[in-house]
Amino acid sequence: MSEDGPRRAAPGEVSDETLRRVAMSRGEYERLCRLLDRDPSPVELGMAAALWSEHCGYKHSRPLFHHFPTEGPRVLTRAGEENAGAIDLGEGWVAVFKMESHNHPSAVEPYQGAATGVGGILRDIFAMGMRPVALLDSLRFGELDDARNRHLFQGVVAGVGGYGNCVGVPTVGGEVQFDPGYDGNPLVNVMCVGVGRREQLLSASARGVGNPLVLVGADTGRDGIHGATFASVELDEDAGAQRPAVQVGNPFMEKLLMEACVELAERHADWIEGLQDLGAAGLTSSSVEAAARAGTGVVIDVGRVPRRERGMSAYEVMLSESQERMLVIPKREHLDDVLALMRRWELRADVVGEVTADGRATVYADGGAEARIPVSVLTDPPLYPPEARRPAELDRLWAEDLAALPDLAASGAAAAGEWLLALLAAPNIASRAWIYRQYDHQVLNGTVVLPGGDAAVIRVPGMRAGIAVATDCNARFVALDPRTGAQMAVAEAARNVVATGAEPVALTDCLNFGNPERPEVAYQLEQSVIGLSEAARALGTPVVSGNASLYNETPRGGVPPTPTIGMLGLLADVERHLTIGPGPGDLLVLLGAPPAQEAATLAGSEYLARAHARLAGRPQLDLARERAVQRVVLDAHRRGLLTAAHDLSEGGLAVALAECLLAATGHSAPGAGFVPDPALDLGPRLDAALFGEAPSRLLVGVADAEALAAVLALAREADVTAVSLGEVVVEEEPRLRLGPLDVACDSLRDGYEKGLPRALGE
Amino acid sequence: MRAAVVVFPGTWSDRDCVHALGTVGIESRRLWHRETRIEPDELVVLPGGFSYGDYLRCGAIARFSPVMAAVRRHADAGGLVIGICNGFQVLCEAGMLPGALMCNDSLLFRCQEVHLRPGSARSSFTRELDPERPLRMPISHGEGNYYADRSTLDRLEAEERIAFRYVDAGGRATREANPNGSLRNIAGVLNEAGNVLGMMPHPERACEALLGGDDGNAIWRSLLAAPTGRATGAAVS
Repeated sequence: MSEDGPRRAAPGEVSDETLRRVAMSRGEYERLCRLLDRDPSPVELGMAAALWSEHCGYKHSRPLFHHFPTEGPRVLTRAGEENAGAIDLGEGWVAVFKMESHNHPSAVEPYQGAATGVGGILRDIFAMGMRPVALLDSLRFGELDDARNRHLFQGVVAGVGGYGNCVGVPTVGGEVQFDPGYDGNPLVNVMCVGVGRREQLLSASARGVGNPLVLVGADTGRDGIHGATFASVELDEDAGAQRPAVQVGNPFMEKLLMEACVELAERHADWIEGLQDLGAAGLTSSSVEAAARAGTGVVIDVGRVPRRERGMSAYEVMLSESQERMLVIPKREHLDDVLALMRRWELRADVVGEVTADGRATVYADGGAEARIPVSVLTDPPLYPPEARRPAELDRLWAEDLAALPDLAASGAAAAGEWLLALLAAPNIASRAWIYRQYDHQVLNGTVVLPGGDAAVIRVPGMRAGIAVATDCNARFVALDPRTGAQMAVAEAARNVVATGAEPVALTDCLNFGNPERPEVAYQLEQSVIGLSEAARALGTPVVSGNASLYNETPRGGVPPTPTIGMLGLLADVERHLTIGPGPGDLLVLLGAPPAQEAATLAGSEYLARAHARLAGRPQLDLARERAVQRVVLDAHRRGLLTAAHDLSEGGLAVALAECLLAATGHSAPGAGFVPDPALDLGPRLDAALFGEAPSRLLVGVADAEALAAVLALAREADVTAVSLGEVVVEEEPRLRLGPLDVACDSLRDGYEKGLPRALGE
Repeated sequence: MRAAVVVFPGTWSDRDCVHALGTVGIESRRLWHRETRIEPDELVVLPGGFSYGDYLRCGAIARFSPVMAAVRRHADAGGLVIGICNGFQVLCEAGMLPGALMCNDSLLFRCQEVHLRPGSARSSFTRELDPERPLRMPISHGEGNYYADRSTLDRLEAEERIAFRYVDAGGRATREANPNGSLRNIAGVLNEAGNVLGMMPHPERACEALLGGDDGNAIWRSLLAAPTGRATGAAVS
């Protein structure tokens, strides 16, 4: 070991096997040598490979990020600059939020994969000094008739709950979809929202030369080494053998870390320069990214890192992804204060290094340098602009003439009711209570609108305003048209938030795609980012944070393109929120389009998939109309005209109406039935009218004829279609009536509530 | 009345309890698990959470904590103690209440609304509650399946120490209304003296209309209606 540089590999010594193990290409290795002007040491190679992985370096997705609108009057951070996006809620309050994926670990070990996914996103939020107040999970699995998919689904739900419940942060919402395209490669996206005062907003930077680096929390073990690279390669049949790359969560430790970090931010923000979580690539990424933000360097002595195993090498310590660890960068003079605070929370805290001025990441072990590498090299991954090719099959899918399919009306009088029952019981539509009953969704006494509606509403103590949050993405639309489909994901997430009466403010995204080195996947990724950006711009909701999870492939192919959106909205007064359940006697109005629809609106619908076993057609969205519809709802709510609102999505008008009625009275008798306006016209295409999935539509409730007239007038002024649908009636044996539909609500409820448990064989 | 809300490192309902007690005018302080000073007139609240992570068994470690020795002395002297959710588990583990809380019969964590029928005029926690009017509040637990042997259960019934039972909205203790498999639909029990209550449901979450209802406040109001001075549940009988 020389004084001036780390131990080196001899030129040409690096084998293909070594590069394969760290998931670095030969070309990337040569680039690294060029930037260093020498060969890297083994530790340097590991550090660079981890930070240049897709998971940390976003080398395939970053070239697209310039599309995102990232600025807005409420935005306090720039996307990508910090661990999560921060927005100004007013009255001195700030919300930070972000969504992240934990797909690959969950495919191998669903409980721990999902649990540590929750742990990771929580740390991103409290690293910014904010108290996490809400979690949401957006999940995708293969169909439940397959035992392995059931195992993954049950394990993931238990893992999300197991971790979130123990930490004491409510899981208030999310969504789940089942599609054969996710067989063996589930998507587990978790979003977290944190709230606090503006003064406690922290940065994750290693400022102040000579300030110590303090590692807090769990001891470092061999778990999860190469998790970042693992997340950036395709899963093969052998994925089970990768289990050592999956970490095990300790939510109790996380709770201590959370309380300690929030206390630090709330009361002693002046003690510290930076706070950073240890996620993918562990100590390497946390220290290097913190140095990069501050334009400084770091030196770490791995001998001072507390370990849980003997004989760990510098390489293993630097790349371990042991969970529940944070890096604190206190001001020198407050080091003892920080250590004492951590001790009070019964947390281990050790000085493992310090901030330097040399712009390098230096790693010492046993007195010798194992790495001395410029931070700028580590944070400068190669970028691969997508080489996109439009999949040829899109033409065929778009050309399919849905009008040529036989209409539901031809199947006899009872068919419509049978299909409504089937759709309500379908795993993609049925009640999610089986899931959210396993999540503590009320701890912290802030959940005003519980799971089961369009969006959750959170109350923050001391603040009059409320926060509405929802996640969304219908991958069928994205598969049919990545650009429009991604627009629709943003539009639906915003509409969900609007349905609570909240104004959509900003979004986070989680881009789940297959292998971007395949041109068809590159096309999906590129067009999705473009569409997402267009919709975000049109709806005034900048992208403040995000995450990309690529290489979601199995030997059987890539996952459906799934750019999940997490939308945050703001309610002026949390007391004045809407739910999806109208009151007895309310009148319902369909906003955005007339009930009569063309067969083309069956494109990508659940009905089309089930009744005609196909994914086809071309979804259409008019962003100007979407915005106008949302404005009408918000205007009407501001004037106090609305009693309820519900977004139309999977299953279309008939399913949305059923959901409204089931939510109206709960299980109590008498219940809510529906009687349509005699003049209601469902048009020539019954299946499209009842189950078509045209976007930009909501059902709203009004209390009386006067409010009805006012809402219709508002819609007219905004050039938005609004049709009076009928009346919610209280009946001993409530029935849903609409066109040929005349179904007992009890049977609808039975199918809706038991759909998911039945699909699981319960 | 004043309250001391115990905070173990893994407790998460402490703030909710402070908030809920505040809505009915009970001032409270948070009591760290290493502390041992409890005023005789304080209501001790053991809130929900996972006291020390509870990977072994809920409450199994908490019973050995410094604060629990003080809580036991407080109870022995007639002071009021309520354990909610994890607090109930801790009280059972500590032997301050009979029985045990096993895994839910579904083997799944359950967070949902339940209805409770108050069943005891013997304690100041429940004396003012109307047995004919079920209380609506949430549960949130994985281990709330109450178990005790038959003679203990018979004795609890005979001594009017079953504070709450899971019932349906109409007040019937049916199998469907029981969310976790608890024997005889038991949701909460009292100690012999009536000054210690353990319950799985969360009254502190049912504390305002905005959160879906305020039935939980009825329990605090019952306490407030008790004779003033040194608050003892044991004074009744």
